[in-house]
Amino acid sequence: MVPLQYYIIMSAILFTIGIYGVLARRNAILVLLSVEIMFNAVNINFMAFSAYITPATMVGQIYTIFAVASGAAEIGIGLAIILLIYRGRETVNVDEVNMLKW
Amino acid sequence: MAQYAWVIAVMPVLAFLIILFTLRRIKEKAAYVAIAATGAGLLLSLGVLATVWGGRIFTYQTTWLTAGKLTLKIGMYIDPLAAVMLVVVTTVSLLVQIYSIGYMKGEKRLSWYYAAVSLFTASMLSLVIANNFLQLYISWELVGLCSYLLIGFWYEKKSASSAAMKAFIITRIGDVGFFLGLALLFVNTHTFDFSAVRQIVAAGSLGAGTLTAIALLFFAGAAGKSAQFPLHVWLPDAMEGPTPVSALIHAATMVAAGVYLVARSFFIFEAAHPAALQVVAGIGAFTAILAAVIAVTMTDIKKVLAYSTISQLGFMMAALGVGGYTAAIFHLTTHAFFKALLFLGAGSVIHGAGTQNIYEMGGLLKKMKVTGWTFLIATLSIAGIVPLSGFWSKDEILTEAAKSGNYIILGVLLVTAFLTAFYMFRLYFVVFTGPVRDEHAHESPAVMTYPLLILAVPAALLGLAGSPLLGNWFTKFIALPGAEHIAAAPDYLMMGLSTAAALAGIGFSYVLYGRRAVTAWSVVNSLSSFSWLNTTFVDKTIRDGLRVTLGISNGLARFDTRFVDGIVNGVGGVIGTFSRYFSRANSGFIQRYAMRFVIAFMLLAVAVYFVLVR
Repeated sequence: MVPLQYYIIMSAILFTIGIYGVLARRNAILVLLSVEIMFNAVNINFMAFSAYITPATMVGQIYTIFAVASGAAEIGIGLAIILLIYRGRETVNVDEVNMLKW
Repeated sequence: MAQYAWVIAVMPVLAFLIILFTLRRIKEKAAYVAIAATGAGLLLSLGVLATVWGGRIFTYQTTWLTAGKLTLKIGMYIDPLAAVMLVVVTTVSLLVQIYSIGYMKGEKRLSWYYAAVSLFTASMLSLVIANNFLQLYISWELVGLCSYLLIGFWYEKKSASSAAMKAFIITRIGDVGFFLGLALLFVNTHTFDFSAVRQIVAAGSLGAGTLTAIALLFFAGAAGKSAQFPLHVWLPDAMEGPTPVSALIHAATMVAAGVYLVARSFFIFEAAHPAALQVVAGIGAFTAILAAVIAVTMTDIKKVLAYSTISQLGFMMAALGVGGYTAAIFHLTTHAFFKALLFLGAGSVIHGAGTQNIYEMGGLLKKMKVTGWTFLIATLSIAGIVPLSGFWSKDEILTEAAKSGNYIILGVLLVTAFLTAFYMFRLYFVVFTGPVRDEHAHESPAVMTYPLLILAVPAALLGLAGSPLLGNWFTKFIALPGAEHIAAAPDYLMMGLSTAAALAGIGFSYVLYGRRAVTAWSVVNSLSSFSWLNTTFVDKTIRDGLRVTLGISNGLARFDTRFVDGIVNGVGGVIGTFSRYFSRANSGFIQRYAMRFVIAFMLLAVAVYFVLVR
């Protein structure tokens, strides 16, 4: 069986890649993709801990399925927002969108 | 009936609003709106008078506003005094408004004139029915405002606008005293209500010193409004206003408000140190004789009447000062009618002759029959000739003065009575008898002469209501609750003395002005130094006083703008600078927010690691 540490390291690497993408990318769609990567890092953690700590029940796995479903919904909303911003501003560059100020 | 008394005051307010909002369109019709409101008010007032006929007192009140523990009320206190004042105010106001249709014909701001007169009427009525000192004070200031607006009605004229300001500022000086008195009263009693204050005063829980201070401060306000020395200087200048306004505000009603205030708060004066009433009596008597002397030297018909008003108000104050509460109110009532008649008559004369200088008139009785005869009735009344109104009320004041044992006051008032008869008949003889000087003089239109005729009735007969012939009915009607009724036995000595003074005055003026047997100038010239005392000395003193006040005010204003505002603006400025600096962090770029979030989280993680784990 793969040791727990490997899962955690894998998850940490994915999470860091996600953070980098969210902070560094200028394209809003790529920012959104990076958020998804972070999301999946979390899901891996969920399942790994569940399998190692409470192997009898599958709480973590079930929870992850819920999280994936809500993540899909969230990405749908996110893309819809980006689409609207694009229609209004002809750009999806997050450096040019600072409407949250108001 | 009495519970609807507030309607009397509200109707002129409505008239005021209607005229105000249709100022440009309504034009001459404004007169009918105002007259209708006041006329209905007069009918209601008569009803209210009938309701309190048996000396009953009605009070009504409702909460105006609540602030913490403080509840302010508005309400009505309808006693015979208030009812009488209601009738006097509405009657004179109604007649003056009708008269104004003729006098103010063709005036381009006629609708504004009626709006202001309506507002004045409303304020004066509200003052009269007030059941607490605060409401009285508010109305008091409102009538002051209306007086200002109407004196300055012809504000294109420099003298009129200055006179308006002078009247406003000088009455304000007195009002500051009144306001301080109110504050002192409220601090000590926690109420403004007449009845409540009366009970507290009667219980004797207030010190005589406090009461004396309140009484004197109230009197300062009354002196300003009722033109008592040394705050009387505004009233002669107030004659710059239209003559009907002078009749309504500066003769019959508003200037009586001071007397009314002292009468309303008479229980405070009685409970205070005797010096308070002595001050009232002294200033009243001094004002009476000073103004009477000055009236002799005046050549402007309205100025003579203005000084006569001051003198008569002094009479009323002196009456209050010697304890003659009912006598003062009686004189106030009769004076309102005969003085309004005199002023309206003077207006008619000015209208017909086109001048205000009495020496440019003469022989007008032939030209203006109605004006002349009604003016004669009013003149006889104010001079105090049996059986006209003025005789009975003046006689009662003299009787009160004699009864109080204050013979100096009595003497001064007797001399004033003589002077009153003298200057009034001087006016009458010069204006209405002798050779005709102006062939073009003509009688005024009916809309002006009928009010004169109507006013002549109460000016002549009203006094009988309070005369011993009818058992001093008016006096008993108006008397304070619980006060002992004055003996009905007529004081023939006093009647004789006052009649003698009046006849002497008339005779003297007949010799000087009627027959022109002796040249009058020597007499008048010898008196003109009094006039100097008044116009130069008092005016100058008040001006200097104002200049000092202005200096202090400027100093305080500078302290306020530099120091107080400095603190406020400084604090605001510092916070503003910080805010501007921090608000730059709120850029709206989500990635920067996320960056801060991550950095903060990492710092937190490091901190947790070092603090908790190690």
